[in-house]
Amino acid sequence: MENSPLFKSGHTACAGCGQAIAARMVIEAAGANTIIANNTGCLEVFTTKYPETAWGVPWIHSLFENSAAVASGIEAALKYLGKKENINVIAQGGDGSTADIGLQALSGMLERGHDILYVCYDNEAYMNTGVQRSGLTPFDTNTTTSPSGSQSSGNIRPKKPMPEIALAHGIPYVATASAGLPQDIQRKVKKAISIKGPKYIQIHVPCPLGWRHETDQMLPVAKLAVDCGLYPLFEYENGVLTGQKKIVPKPVEEYLKAQGRFKHLLNNPEEIKKVQDIADNNIMKYNLKAQA
Amino acid sequence: MKEFLEGSHAIAEVIKSCKPGVISAYPITPQTHIVEDLAQMVSDGQLKSQFVNVESEHSAASVVLGGSATGVRVYTATSSQGLFYMQEVVFNIAGMRLPVVMTCANRAISAPINIWNDQQDSISLRDAGWFQVYAENNQEAVDFHLIGYRLAEDKRVMLPVMVCMDGFILTHGMEAVDMPEQEKVDKFLPRYNPLYKLDPAQPVSMGLLADPDYYMETRFAIQETMKESLGYLSDISREFNSVFGRDYKDLLVEEYQLKDAEKVIVAMGSVCGTIKEAVDEQRAKGKKVGLLRIITYRPFPYARVCEALKNAAKVAVLDKAVSLGAYAPIAVEVKAAFYGKKQGPKMISSFVAGLGGRDITLETVHEIFRRLSTKEVNSDFVDLKPELLKEEYGE
Ligand SMILES: Cc1ncc(C[n+]2csc(CCOP(=O)(O)OP(=O)(O)O)c2C)c(N)n1
Ligand SMILES: [Mg+2]
Repeated sequence: MENSPLFKSGHTACAGCGQAIAARMVIEAAGANTIIANNTGCLEVFTTKYPETAWGVPWIHSLFENSAAVASGIEAALKYLGKKENINVIAQGGDGSTADIGLQALSGMLERGHDILYVCYDNEAYMNTGVQRSGLTPFDTNTTTSPSGSQSSGNIRPKKPMPEIALAHGIPYVATASAGLPQDIQRKVKKAISIKGPKYIQIHVPCPLGWRHETDQMLPVAKLAVDCGLYPLFEYENGVLTGQKKIVPKPVEEYLKAQGRFKHLLNNPEEIKKVQDIADNNIMKYNLKAQA
Repeated sequence: MKEFLEGSHAIAEVIKSCKPGVISAYPITPQTHIVEDLAQMVSDGQLKSQFVNVESEHSAASVVLGGSATGVRVYTATSSQGLFYMQEVVFNIAGMRLPVVMTCANRAISAPINIWNDQQDSISLRDAGWFQVYAENNQEAVDFHLIGYRLAEDKRVMLPVMVCMDGFILTHGMEAVDMPEQEKVDKFLPRYNPLYKLDPAQPVSMGLLADPDYYMETRFAIQETMKESLGYLSDISREFNSVFGRDYKDLLVEEYQLKDAEKVIVAMGSVCGTIKEAVDEQRAKGKKVGLLRIITYRPFPYARVCEALKNAAKVAVLDKAVSLGAYAPIAVEVKAAFYGKKQGPKMISSFVAGLGGRDITLETVHEIFRRLSTKEVNSDFVDLKPELLKEEYGE
């Protein structure tokens, strides 16, 4: 991959890491006048192993769960200095740091109305510590702490509805995106930073190691998630659904069979049906079906 | 100018004069009055800070971390459970060498839940890499915040400062305090000019992963700075005296009636006021007793303690905290200070008193001096109620 001055190559991400691509899209869209606060997790680890850094913008990592609060302090300081108008503040982290342990800090940031874009890189498990389930792990996923077995077909709960939780704070912009559609990420980031106030973007980022697919399958797997309705892409502006990626829905089985984390489902039509129901529900709820 | 003020209000006033750019606030008794007063000052336009009402102490500490990393002076305050809730951020702030100043209104730790004063909260975070200074009265509490910012922001230091003041006793106590005038504050405490900050004009990365090849040196560097800072504290207090007309010696310890003292109590914080009274009473009767007050607990002033106590025959260390299952926190330090030394007290006894707000009276202090006559004791609890202990065990 060619070098970018804002997100330099040479970091230590795994081959085919969706988060690395998404993070690069985000910062390139936001531009050089941006300060980032980053939670602990894969992205933080693979971009900033002392004495190297991949970041060409001011960047800070404090702890696992507090990027939203650290960013709140940065934003407050910029306001005090009279510099907020010209500088974007981004808080970012993985799904575990966002939806579980950092949810309180994020909720505080959203509720207080800070002018910050929060980006959640959703690889659907605690990857940095070895693929444990998080609140954003999908239903029936095999992870190291939600293993499938004779009494279980994996993670027992569907994904926590984080975009809706963000939305419920009454913030001006909420969107989902996918590493499979990099330009769409950039468009959404640009729109988000043009809006004052708290914004939330959640990006689906395949993890070849955790999801168990070939490293060259990152883009197709990400796209399949969107195309089957399991990862609906949408935008809410001021609480109103203003856009969604229309799809000609593919069966979820195509998506499931591409990944080892769902292998245990493949001979289990009953479970696949449950997953299909989740996708169908998304398709209805967000009106995803393209007109014939 | 002397004003008769509630401790918390005096702290809010001095913080106002330090002009922090970012203040974060979360309620916990007995700290709350401080941030309430600051909120009013911001609301009235007397203070131009960004006032961030956070959703937890974890975020209170994280907000000042972010603000400080962006290059502005910051302030927050907490107590007890709040301090514990922010613990990992507290360590993180020091590791990142950010000059945060925070007030800890000292309060006991749950369970059982108890809002009254002891020093278990801040003492439990003694290893965090923060300076910890303990005020005896509200004048000191006020002054220590000014000195705290000066020390924290000193380029040779760049470490956070926790100003500890006993909850209720000081925070809610009314005292006459000589409030520092703004011109003098501005002279003593110049605008914060960070070494490095989050700024797109000069991008830096902060908070990197340090593997075994790099981690240890970062801790060593703080340890060295802490040691050197004992000297800086003396310098800064001298300068403080000259600007504000005070009389602080070195801000490490205070020696009270130590010259010919045979029995000495070592203690920290507001209880030293009572101990001084007890010392005066005994001195009036011709008893050679004294007090060594620890002001700076981190870094611990070992050399000064040895120097001050070298001629005392018997020392009683009074802790308002415990290290359950081990020697009490201040006692450990005093004993360690004399390890291997030729000259020093024959006896260092350790007493625990005042936990969860139990009054330490003049009689308590006299009792400690009495118990110091016999054999050496460790973590000897004073003023226990035997009848409650009986009930507990159903005897
Ligand atoms: C308070 C705390 N608890 C746990 C951890 C351990 N930890 C570090 S990274 C991580 C997983 C991160 O998962 P996620 O946020 O989803 O990001 P990912 O690595 O998957 O991108 C965990 C559990 C920690 N650093 N701090
Ligand atoms: Mg994750």
